[in-house]
Amino acid sequence: MIFEYAPAPESRSVVTLRETYELFVDGAFTPAEGGEYLTTLNPADETKLAQVAVAGAADVDRAVAAARRAYDTVWSRMPAAERGKYLFRIARIIQERSRELAVLESMDNGKPIKETRDVDLPLVAAHFFYHAGWADKLAHAGLGPDPRPLGVAAQVIPWNFPLLMLAWKIAPALATGNTVVLKPAETTPLTALAFAEICQEADLPPGVVNILTGAGETGRALVEHPGTDKVAFTGSTEVGRQIARAVAGTDKRLTLELGGKGANIVYDDAAIDQAVEGIVSGIFFNQGHVCCAGSRLLVQESIAEELLPRLKARISRLRLGDPLDKNTDIGAINSAAQLERIRELTDTGEAEGAERWSPACDLPQSGYWFAPTVLTGVSQAHRVAREEIFGPVLSVLTFRTPDEAVAKANNTPYGLSAGVWTEKGSRMLWTAERLRAGVIWSNTFNKFDPTSPFGGYKESGYGREGGRHGLEAYLG
Amino acid sequence: MAERRNTRRAAKGAAEAGGGTGGPAPARLAVRKTYKLYLGGAFPRSESGRSYPVTSDSGRHLANASLASRKDARDAVSAARKAFGGWSTRTAYNRGQILYRVAEVLEGRRDQFTAQAVAAQGLSRAEADRVVSAAVDRWVYYAGWTDKVAQVLGGANPVSGPYYNHSAPEPTGVVAVLAPQNAPLLGLTSVVAPVIATGNTAVVVTSETAPLAAIDLAEVLATSDLPGGVVNLLTGRVPELGPHLAAHADVNALDLTGAGELAAEFERAAATTLTRVLRPGPGADGGEEAWLDPDPGTARMTPFLETKTVWHPVGI
Repeated sequence: MIFEYAPAPESRSVVTLRETYELFVDGAFTPAEGGEYLTTLNPADETKLAQVAVAGAADVDRAVAAARRAYDTVWSRMPAAERGKYLFRIARIIQERSRELAVLESMDNGKPIKETRDVDLPLVAAHFFYHAGWADKLAHAGLGPDPRPLGVAAQVIPWNFPLLMLAWKIAPALATGNTVVLKPAETTPLTALAFAEICQEADLPPGVVNILTGAGETGRALVEHPGTDKVAFTGSTEVGRQIARAVAGTDKRLTLELGGKGANIVYDDAAIDQAVEGIVSGIFFNQGHVCCAGSRLLVQESIAEELLPRLKARISRLRLGDPLDKNTDIGAINSAAQLERIRELTDTGEAEGAERWSPACDLPQSGYWFAPTVLTGVSQAHRVAREEIFGPVLSVLTFRTPDEAVAKANNTPYGLSAGVWTEKGSRMLWTAERLRAGVIWSNTFNKFDPTSPFGGYKESGYGREGGRHGLEAYLG
Repeated sequence: MAERRNTRRAAKGAAEAGGGTGGPAPARLAVRKTYKLYLGGAFPRSESGRSYPVTSDSGRHLANASLASRKDARDAVSAARKAFGGWSTRTAYNRGQILYRVAEVLEGRRDQFTAQAVAAQGLSRAEADRVVSAAVDRWVYYAGWTDKVAQVLGGANPVSGPYYNHSAPEPTGVVAVLAPQNAPLLGLTSVVAPVIATGNTAVVVTSETAPLAAIDLAEVLATSDLPGGVVNLLTGRVPELGPHLAAHADVNALDLTGAGELAAEFERAAATTLTRVLRPGPGADGGEEAWLDPDPGTARMTPFLETKTVWHPVGI
């Protein structure tokens, strides 16, 4: 029996939406030269939130020019400690406006307020705090005695953690003395524009941060613009390849944080209840819209029969619904297009012979929703074991020996994350050593911290974000 | 290309190069070396059966080198992949021992390498001596790095919560190295040693015009306890082999130092599988003298390393 919960909605009154949002260039909000706008929706009910300017090539030109000017005249000349103080100031304003930003993020993205409030926003503020302190200590970062900023960074971020990805991009770039032009995702531009206001509130010099909203064409124009020194992208592996091709033959530096198909290995000696919690947070955190999600469960054959019913029982207690309800575990899928992709891929799993299970779960009438889903009897050849679904869909495979677990875990072109569940330390370390992935969570999953480098092996991209390692991406 | 036999050779230095002079038959006929590829620890000819003449700086024929084909390149990638598991899991200390052994064996054969550099590149004896010394010292240098690089580049991360969290560098895998075209020994050593020091395995396209030092070096590697397949040396043409290595899905990283004008094209090809790329740096086209810096640091190791971060909860 699931407990009945009374609705506990977080108030939307902390957010004041404007009808129209313009581009943030050179410290001011200005319309796009093409006069085009796109509409951003609340994916939980498909209502219109606002219209947002679409930046074209001319807008990219002026934003890059503004960033270059700010770099040359202000930001690269400023004492590093002062630069750091701007970042501390930004971190403080984020903390002060944290609830407003959390609600706005949940409205624009569809993720539950529990996550935006307790995960996204604390990490965003922490990311600025962490990097603020680096600004005047870069000579101690092990990257040479006098590391220099690169110049202007072009940054393109995805829709799954809009403000957190902005923080991962902007905080290290600014701390190291670069200026930025950032494009948020087409479907989640609002918190980036709120961040632009925060830059104004912090009196950040004009042009140091420029925010260009738009869709794929805007992103393409930005990463291909000859006036930048650095491209940083988080998103799909396919777009990552295109960007790597576009940057080839230039002097631009490039970091890419791309897709994943993370394996979550559960050995027969694992603490089962903890493992079940970890499997659930591994795949259902943020509706599975997580590049490092534990989307392939590899469970040792001898405990599969015990574990799967407990996993399903736990999933049956997840609450899906209004993202602003404080009891909600699973929010809305971010867009109609993403929902379609999840449906299509999950259907192929069934068609290829996997067994599909979802708990009894009423989906709201409007908005984009997908019930948590478990596919069992999945083989390595199935598309659902190979391709990133980027949704709340778990593919379950089994293994007999540790060697087989490692071989299956590594049998993917991706290499972003993996999980290991065992009570035996030596087995955990043995496994972690052999997994070809940038982040290994052992007896935990989906943990993030600004001090902890994040990034992938193989086709999950290159470069790291966070920690001392992340600074390298912005220093020459 | 047919094997070429050149009977008219200049007298100077011919004995060292294993050749003869015209005129009366010598008291003893020198035994010449057949230069082949170094692949998977063995010395096969190119599967294509092709070879090409190698001449000295002044145009004198020195030997025929195997002209590696794209099939050889694929075989080399297979050999490197096969060797990766074993090499990358050797202890760092053991890798250091083996790299130091390479230095020892090279030191023991320095006269041969010096003579080779004089004959092939037209260096003076003193210049050649300096280059060979620097090459020996380069192996010693990277032998010393093997068990330090993880401490220098890795470490504990003070995350905000009850977790043990640390990051450590790991080798990226198979690295295709387009070696410097104009620095056949010291340049080659300078790009190969850092790649394997950290546990990667390498497929190397040597200098096309001066490939003999590379195959002589292969004999040093083969007798230094370096497992077969850790370094694979292909003598041949960058325009022919480079495109296949750059686009090869089982190549994890690409060193474009010797790519010349094709660097951008190869970087584009590498993008398809997100292969890591090290672009040609300043001095990439220089001769051996461009590689004399005795302290190259970590710059040639870090592009071929991944950072792995491991989390574990702390509790009782």
